[in-house]
Amino acid sequence: MILNEGKPVAKSVCVIAEFQRGGFRSSTFEVASEGRKIADGLGCELCAIALGAGVAERAPELGRFGVDRVFVTDEPFLEHYLAEVYVPVIADVLGRIEPAAILLPASADGKDLGASLAGRLREGLAQDCTEIVCDASGLKARRPVFGGGCDAWCKWAPGAIPIITCRPNTMDCSGPDMHRSAETIRIGVEKPRPRSEVLSVQLEGSGGVELTEASIIVSGGRGMQGAENFAMLEELAGELGAAVGASRAAVEANWRPYADQVGQTGKIVSPALYIAVGISGSIQHFAGMGSSKCIVAVNNNPEAPILGKADYAVLEDLFEFIPLLTEEVRKIRSGIA
Amino acid sequence: MKIVVLIKQTPDTESVIRIAEDGKSIVTDGLKWIINPYDEFALEAALRLKEKDGGTLSVLSLGPQRVVNSMITALAMGADDATIIDDPALDGADALGTATILSAAIEKIGPDIVLCGSRAIDCDQAQTGAMVAEILGWPHLPVAVAIEADQRRVTIERRIEGGTMSLRATLPALVTVGGSHSVWNPRYASLPGIIKAKKKPLAVRRLSDLGLDPAKFGLAGAKISVASLEKPPQRSAGRIVEGGDAREKARELARALHEDSGAF
Repeated sequence: MILNEGKPVAKSVCVIAEFQRGGFRSSTFEVASEGRKIADGLGCELCAIALGAGVAERAPELGRFGVDRVFVTDEPFLEHYLAEVYVPVIADVLGRIEPAAILLPASADGKDLGASLAGRLREGLAQDCTEIVCDASGLKARRPVFGGGCDAWCKWAPGAIPIITCRPNTMDCSGPDMHRSAETIRIGVEKPRPRSEVLSVQLEGSGGVELTEASIIVSGGRGMQGAENFAMLEELAGELGAAVGASRAAVEANWRPYADQVGQTGKIVSPALYIAVGISGSIQHFAGMGSSKCIVAVNNNPEAPILGKADYAVLEDLFEFIPLLTEEVRKIRSGIA
Repeated sequence: MKIVVLIKQTPDTESVIRIAEDGKSIVTDGLKWIINPYDEFALEAALRLKEKDGGTLSVLSLGPQRVVNSMITALAMGADDATIIDDPALDGADALGTATILSAAIEKIGPDIVLCGSRAIDCDQAQTGAMVAEILGWPHLPVAVAIEADQRRVTIERRIEGGTMSLRATLPALVTVGGSHSVWNPRYASLPGIIKAKKKPLAVRRLSDLGLDPAKFGLAGAKISVASLEKPPQRSAGRIVEGGDAREKARELARALHEDSGAF
């Protein structure tokens, strides 16, 4: 139809899916759900673009989250994201569908892809947005700026195509409708000859819960006093199905790797539950976790700023408290309490 | 090797940000300005490349008169020359406008490699570097935590969710730099460095010097703009978990998280 006749259909909202290691990232489903709301607001269809190695058979799943049609390019050389390879393929599809807006997850790859696409298309990009509204004047997106000190509402010039990356865990994901499935349209591409390449990928350890997508995070700071003491946080995290994070102080003391750092110069997270253990709660740390839905602070210093901002403040010695909390959580989990 | 580092001047990370009366900008009086930390990491990475293989290192920035201080800091750290693009037409420029201007300035210099921070800590738009690469038609490698280069190629390491990735590009290429102070440990400007910096070339250019039409930039040419700034929803202090001892508090917290908040 559209592709055969070579002319674009009515505008549609377009989601760029993120497919890795055999599956779509959960943040992609959130973005699709958000895209559905916007498409309904604008009265248009929701399409998706999915690139990857082995993505074709999974593509119809996007329909469960409201996607009407998926443009799929499934090639071995798309296994890993590389701007130079991904951007031309996506830009080509976008050129055929006349998007009203383009949405992506604000993951590491999503943010880079969003920026590269905006550069290629010469459009305006709002990164890491926490809310999108759609009214008569068009789309507006909220994004934290100045280390979480303010939120900016961004708007687009008339005729511009808004490109928006959505911060994981901040937008409500409507539950999957298992009866729906998206129509897929295969798009063939020639193998590109880029000037950049992925040399190698090393995955670490068990492939635990990724910090930015975790719904519960247990984080330790200077109060942990040593790398060995993080074992008790890992135990608590194990009971909760949580990821373990760290403050900059704990990372700079070499107790935890930089990949675990939460804060202005680390990862920005928005879990449903953030448990800060032995973290005083600097402005910079809050910039990384202030949008968490529920914050628990465990600290033995009554002056620690985090105690005044937490939903639940526990003034206790963490070395005594955390094992007890782990035990109580375990009881609830196993139905004893 | 000819290296360019893009630098943005930002308010210090300790700054208390106040929204200005227009409701869409911040009060700049009394702010302390620094080199965006990620650009400082890029500068440190570039200085190490230059120390290893020789060549020249130019720093490039957009902004008003106050940017001079940051450029002098960069020169004192070891950059060879600095260019600032300062033009009244820049007001309200979006990232795409900024990237277009930077690309024009980069083309005048003709470097082999451009380094810049992966994001800036003020507006955190995290896009200028990738846009510059797209406009120049160069490959770009994102969010490097380690960089090696020779005359032909640049190789970086990048952290991805759950691991690390190694990437390589043929020059000319752009690399955005991530990581942290502990990854890069950027050098301080030495006293002799500061004295030398004052003798190094520092040029201030207008858009017309780059062959760009000022009417196409600034707010009028922007695809995206800030409609308003607002304070984020404030977190009010919650409750202090009470109990006779640590065990009672642990039991009460676990109960509240499970039953009241449904957090697990």
